[in-house]
Amino acid sequence: MIRPSPLPGFGLGMGILLMALTLVVLLPLGTLIGRGVLMGPVELWQHLGSKRVASALVLSFRSALVASAFNLVFGLLLAWVLTRYRFPGRRLVDAALDLPFALPTAVAGIALTALYAPNGTFGKLLEPLGLQVAYTEAGIWLALVFVGLPFVVRTVQPVIEEIDPEWEEASATLGASRLRTMVRVVLPMLTPALLTGFALALARSVGEYGSVIFIAGNLPNVTEIAPLLIVIRLEEYNYDAATAIGLAMLGISFAMLLLINLFQVWGRRRVGHV
Amino acid sequence: MSLSITPTTHVTTESRPFRVTLCLVALTLTAILLLAPLAVVFAEAFREGAAAALDMVSERDARAAIGLTLTVAAIAVPLNVIAGFAAAWAIAKFDFRGKAVLISLIDLPFSVSPVVAGLALVLLYGAHGVLGDWLAAHDLKVVFALPGIVLATLFITFPFVARELIPVMTEQGRAEEEAALTLGASGWHMIRTVTLPNVRWALLYGVLLCNARAMGEFGAVAVISGKIRGQTTTMPILIEMFYNEYLSVAAFSMAALLAGLALLTLALKSFLEWHHADAIAASRRH
Repeated sequence: MIRPSPLPGFGLGMGILLMALTLVVLLPLGTLIGRGVLMGPVELWQHLGSKRVASALVLSFRSALVASAFNLVFGLLLAWVLTRYRFPGRRLVDAALDLPFALPTAVAGIALTALYAPNGTFGKLLEPLGLQVAYTEAGIWLALVFVGLPFVVRTVQPVIEEIDPEWEEASATLGASRLRTMVRVVLPMLTPALLTGFALALARSVGEYGSVIFIAGNLPNVTEIAPLLIVIRLEEYNYDAATAIGLAMLGISFAMLLLINLFQVWGRRRVGHV
Repeated sequence: MSLSITPTTHVTTESRPFRVTLCLVALTLTAILLLAPLAVVFAEAFREGAAAALDMVSERDARAAIGLTLTVAAIAVPLNVIAGFAAAWAIAKFDFRGKAVLISLIDLPFSVSPVVAGLALVLLYGAHGVLGDWLAAHDLKVVFALPGIVLATLFITFPFVARELIPVMTEQGRAEEEAALTLGASGWHMIRTVTLPNVRWALLYGVLLCNARAMGEFGAVAVISGKIRGQTTTMPILIEMFYNEYLSVAAFSMAALLAGLALLTLALKSFLEWHHADAIAASRRH
């Protein structure tokens, strides 16, 4: 199974990797799945059937989709602007885009809440317009946009850098308008990276907890996300209910990622070389 | 109309008003979404003056939380470096079947909610967990104690170092290592003098990201730590406690400390990117 090599240390490296992977990641996740298998589908379904659980799951996935769709569009815009244009503040924008990776989610959560609470800097401006962000679903979207924004930008940026301007020149020579070139030439080249970034942002925001719970208001059935419901069930020592919600989240996440992956394979086959 | 040669870039860029609009959108988004939250952390922390903020972070629970966060990072980050380097060595320098599956497994924590990770650890190591009785019989405490917090942090940060190293080490190939061996170097000598210097910037980059996440992890630690004040409260957990007790200045002072750390991380990262762009270019896609 392994091609012979004069280099030493394959056994040691692989040994350490497999041991760490098993102890830290696979054994705990295996336990979670095992507990679900022991409970059986009927009991799992009973825990998931309640209105509160269903609302929390729907809310978590809906807001993750909304935020990731926003991040897809504006992530592409940011990546394009950063690689193609030179403007004052470009380096600041580039550096600031790593902030969501570096800033702890709890810090982001209380900061966004302070800004958008009715007495906050932005909240005060929005209130006369009848818009409330904090303690509503819009607050959840905002937190998830913050958390997921860098994923699309950082995945698409290197791909835009590598696009040879010859493609665009050829398209223009053949009489295509700039818009047509963008839609028919540039966008197809970026689609795989866009989808990867979208999938990464989605995976991250579905399970996000720290930045959301401060701004969400956490009203059962309305603004209570699925990870919070897991925490609540654990605090009640209701391990079965927590397991059921956790498994549902895992299952739906993987199904969505698989779907995006299949879409990518299909797209690659259709476009060919990219 | 006189003939003039238009610059070649003309057809490969958008009209000027369009470009200006896009740049303005980018700057506005950055200001509202990214810079405003950062600014408000410091503004709220220093609302009652720098002295009050300093008092808050030197209070007993705060000191304990800072100590715990540093301890957790000091244990988790080196372990992560060892596992990440071992993973990258085996995956990048050797050919074997099932490599793609192994890489997907390393990336797995990216698509698992931190709360679900915490839940999985509780089900395994908790009092009612699979190993609960065995751990109790041997007087070992994992959940609601330091080992649990470290395990949760390790789970969440597992892919960070490996993901930075694998692309760089794959690209570098194994010729240099093979040459070192031919010249009589021992395995460790080769790693120390050939491999590690070659990947040092990517490694540092991975360590930075890993450390930032380790110190800031909230969801998984919230589940497994039990939030025992002064004992298992890390800095992010204490922020939540202060915030829920309406101790706004205390919460934001703590947050300002972590935000300062985030800024330091970003500064180092930008420095690395500007000065060693080539070495880490390969690892940029994540």
